[in-house]
Amino acid sequence: MLNKKTEKIPTRDGFGKGLVDAGEKDERIVVLCADLAESTRCHWFKEKFPARYIELGVAEQNLATIASGLANYGKIPFISSYAVFNPGRNNEQIRTLVSLSKLPVKIAGGHAGVSTGPDGATHQGLEDIALMRVQPNMAVLVPCDAIEARKATLAAAFYDGPVYIRLGREKTAIFTAEETPFEIGKAIILKEGKDATVVGCGSLLYNALLAAEELSKDGVDVEIINSHTVKPLDAETILNSVKKTGAIVSIEEHQIMGGLGSAVAEMLAQNFPTPQEFIGVRDRFGESGEANELIEALGMGIKDIKAAIIKVIKRKK
Amino acid sequence: MSHYIHDDKIKDLELMANKIRQSIIEMLVEAGSGHTAGSLGMADIFTALYFHVLNHDPKNPDWPERDRLILSNGHICPVRYAVMAHSGYFPVEELKTLRKFGSRLQGHPERNMLPGVETTSGPLGSGLGEAVGIAYGARMDGKKFKVYCAMSDAEHQSGNLWESVMFAGNNKLSNLIGIIDRNNIQISGMTEDVMPLEPLRAKYEAFNWHVLEVDGHNIEEFVDAAEEAKTIFEKPTVIIAHTIPGKGISEMEFDYKWHGIVPKPEDGERFLKELRKNVE
Repeated sequence: MLNKKTEKIPTRDGFGKGLVDAGEKDERIVVLCADLAESTRCHWFKEKFPARYIELGVAEQNLATIASGLANYGKIPFISSYAVFNPGRNNEQIRTLVSLSKLPVKIAGGHAGVSTGPDGATHQGLEDIALMRVQPNMAVLVPCDAIEARKATLAAAFYDGPVYIRLGREKTAIFTAEETPFEIGKAIILKEGKDATVVGCGSLLYNALLAAEELSKDGVDVEIINSHTVKPLDAETILNSVKKTGAIVSIEEHQIMGGLGSAVAEMLAQNFPTPQEFIGVRDRFGESGEANELIEALGMGIKDIKAAIIKVIKRKK
Repeated sequence: MSHYIHDDKIKDLELMANKIRQSIIEMLVEAGSGHTAGSLGMADIFTALYFHVLNHDPKNPDWPERDRLILSNGHICPVRYAVMAHSGYFPVEELKTLRKFGSRLQGHPERNMLPGVETTSGPLGSGLGEAVGIAYGARMDGKKFKVYCAMSDAEHQSGNLWESVMFAGNNKLSNLIGIIDRNNIQISGMTEDVMPLEPLRAKYEAFNWHVLEVDGHNIEEFVDAAEEAKTIFEKPTVIIAHTIPGKGISEMEFDYKWHGIVPKPEDGERFLKELRKNVE
């Protein structure tokens, strides 16, 4: 998993391939995009299935409303744009016409996280998990690498209900295996350990693995859980882990408020109160810069993860 | 004389529209809240749709080949519930449950609660997009049914709606027929005072739609327009229906204050008397 020569591919590529996979399996799959087909990797689907690709122009509210109609009729629509617009700009349309309506629209939010980089804060989606997590009926997926993104896309296509998939722009490490099964709502233990649990989603999990490797040299044994499904949260896997370790750190490239860490804290507070530290964005917007530079500047680097793990272990009684 | 509807049928529909208006008043008085003016104003058109224009089966609301009627301005759902009940979707008695806890007749319609309402609606400006999606999907599959979308005039102040107008025009969705309740009122005043919509016809024409205008209380005119719309294969059609808000009850007609309020029980009886008198 931690090969220094790890290949790097953006999760949006996995999404684009997953769309083609889904399109081959089922003719009901249609893809709607708002003038960003290439950037969101919908163009691969467009090239393969031109009659099932629908271009809307710069009209993200229309993405949600038209997709709702297509799903109402019997199609399985994917709507794709950047997370700040989809599900940001069209949030109410998704709430009423997709979630409340219980229609199987699949929402793909690209360019999520500060790793979107030089485009700056306007295009770095940091609130999308929170926006989607609070909507009843909505499943929320945050794949950690391109391989998992491809599987998540295919799983979303055939999930009975609306799904949000969060994707990144930047090339990130491939550290999961093709053969690992992907099931919505079923977290994956990436590494077993006994001193603390790290639960995360998205490409930052790779930083967590690197942090754990460094800590292992100091005799700290960390368990790492890939909670690719933020909702429905796999409470069982997380509870079993914290009952063993007694401490947890959540990590995500998202606002701490309302993200995976919040979901974990809500669940633990009700079932097994556990000391928790949060790695994520602390109530601020991003800015222009290189991806790694921003990850570190905003407190989500490997040293921050290590510090959070050490801190939470100290908080154990 | 219309080629599409017999004079006797028009008379029957006018009587039914009156019955629909009575049901609207009864259900709104019972509910104690809701939207009166628009519901009454669209009674003639909804009657014409359910009892003449639409190809539908009240006993089989999920029939795949049915025409779809999308109600974008969900707040006038009393008129839809009334025509649905009177055409056999559910018992007329159930109208009295409007807006009550546990009712299938939600304050704004919900597709998962009442078969036949097609969509969950109420938030303005997004119903046309849903209708467009249905029409687009149906055309992909070569389906022959039509998609009607009833909209308010004031929701044309919303950007989402114009995104859908642009898409439908660009994609020549001729299986889509919009119906605008041009009653000139909205909750806080007259549309042309709040945020002017005119020239509405020219706007739709500029977006490559076929535009028809009718007196929304003349069933023959509306039926003729709906039939003409079916013959336009190059573009979507919108029927701008000029209506009177509160139509049928003299105290309410043209008064925007009746947009979002309902009659008190003592006034309801007087309004019902006026409606009954209209058909004597």
